[in-house]
Amino acid sequence: MSRSQQRILTQLGLWFLIVIISVYALFPFYYAIITSFKFGSEIFTVNYFPQNFSLGNYVSVLGGGNFPRNLLNSVIVSTATVAISLFLAITASYALARVRFRGRSLLLFTILSVSMFPQIAVLAGLFEMIRSMGLYNSLLSLILSYMIFTLPFTVWVLTTFMRDLPIELEEAAIVDGAKPHQIIFKVFMPLMWPALVTTGLLAFIAAWNEFLFALTFVSNDEQRTVPVAIALLSGASEFEVPWGAIMAASVIVTVPLVILVLIFQRRIVAGLTAGAVKG
Amino acid sequence: MAAQSNLSREKIRAAWIFLAPMILVLLAVAGWPLLRTIWLGFTDAKLSVSADTWNWVGFENYLFWLDYGEGDGEWIGLLVDPAWWSSVGNTVLFTIISVSIETVLGVIVALVLNAQFAGRGFVRAAILVPWAIPTIVSAKMWAWMMHDQFGILNDIFLRLSLISAPVAWTASPDTAMAAVIIVDVWKTTPFMALLILAGLQMLPGDIYEAAKIDGINPVKVFFKVTLPLIRPAIMVAIIFRALDSLRIFDLIYVLTPNNDQTKTMSVFARENLFDFDNFAYGSAASTALFIIIAIITIVYIKVGRLDLGGDKT
Repeated sequence: MSRSQQRILTQLGLWFLIVIISVYALFPFYYAIITSFKFGSEIFTVNYFPQNFSLGNYVSVLGGGNFPRNLLNSVIVSTATVAISLFLAITASYALARVRFRGRSLLLFTILSVSMFPQIAVLAGLFEMIRSMGLYNSLLSLILSYMIFTLPFTVWVLTTFMRDLPIELEEAAIVDGAKPHQIIFKVFMPLMWPALVTTGLLAFIAAWNEFLFALTFVSNDEQRTVPVAIALLSGASEFEVPWGAIMAASVIVTVPLVILVLIFQRRIVAGLTAGAVKG
Repeated sequence: MAAQSNLSREKIRAAWIFLAPMILVLLAVAGWPLLRTIWLGFTDAKLSVSADTWNWVGFENYLFWLDYGEGDGEWIGLLVDPAWWSSVGNTVLFTIISVSIETVLGVIVALVLNAQFAGRGFVRAAILVPWAIPTIVSAKMWAWMMHDQFGILNDIFLRLSLISAPVAWTASPDTAMAAVIIVDVWKTTPFMALLILAGLQMLPGDIYEAAKIDGINPVKVFFKVTLPLIRPAIMVAIIFRALDSLRIFDLIYVLTPNNDQTKTMSVFARENLFDFDNFAYGSAASTALFIIIAIITIVYIKVGRLDLGGDKT
């Protein structure tokens, strides 16, 4: 086999893999979309390509019931979780990245191990605490409990980022008489937008997708977030699963995430790998 | 030099003030609940009765000799509970199989994404889609695709003559575990691939130039050069994925509910906590799960000689 033949073969193999990977990654979502546009009994015929276009499922999901309310709940919970964890993490990561004090390594290691906690290990204790604080069935219970996975991650990534900022900036600010909080918010903040966007986005997606706490700490249909609402979406009878409506709800919940991913894919990839590879 | 040390003392005080809110929040949502869960595992707590009546029972939830009198009796408790050990077995089986498949597929996807081709950005965005989709949504999407009567998966397999009759993927005990693994692999391979890709992109290009000039077979280059070099990245990706798999809950709760073949440790614990009114026993199971995961993590980090702390601060 000549060199050029070999090269063509490699190219063919590469493109074959590229097509397989893309179809594999996208097909389930594509199929959910075309299913969501089928209404009534149309859903029971298998089609590989869109056949009809009916908004019936979207009308039934968004029109009646609690789903619009559930969407709002998810937006509130995720946004508040991101805002609070970023605020707490910025100041904390300045201390961890820029100040030498005793116990710093131990603290960093503890934060890292908290991010590896299985959620179930704290479930009983958290449930008891939330009930005794009167937060059961409230969105606040979710915002509070989501700190367990957003905060360690945010602190970790922001600390790595802040450690790499030039020391001269800080020294110049100190010479000018800046206090630590001014250094954080006036000097470092403007430089940290990329890291804040990345970590904020990842925290938002994690909070938006969370299921176990949302299932356990809220039992009231109106206070539920969307993942639980979709999991519990049922039809008139136990045996009549409303697949069309479930697919429509799934598409509604996923489309904002997919758009975010498409816009910020570079940032997301950077954030995911910063959390792991760089440590 | 007095001014200097004053300055640094002031800085350290400011540091602790900055750290305090974060530490307090983590103590409240992680530290206290963890200790409380461990403690509850040593009591007879039930949610149906008031907390005032809960009693300390020592290790009874874990292991207890139930005496029938006259030398007759039996051991009961978590450590001899077949349902618990079956859930441990399911979790370990699920973790080993799915993480192995994800590692192999992840390496392949990462190698493809590391090649130069038009539309690379598109493919990278495409593989991020399964990662971003909520687990519950992916469970539902796949549950529909795996539907025994109207599912497209059966349709495809029937057309390809891979099966002769429709399969009830999620309901049948024989295929439930396979169904869970299929969905998990689809959802989490992207994460694996991206971590491995990051490792690949840190490799110096000149080794490949050298190998190319020497005319070494690309497959050989992969196994002799690339793989050893990206081993650290793969090891880190595996530990992250394994820790996630060992605590898996949502996918199984939604895709294959009430199926003994896929009941994992987390499902077992939550079932006891909230469905069987056995708060103490569920807490004991949660504690056991925590200990198992902690041991696996420590062993893996030691054996794999991982440096998770990065540049050692």
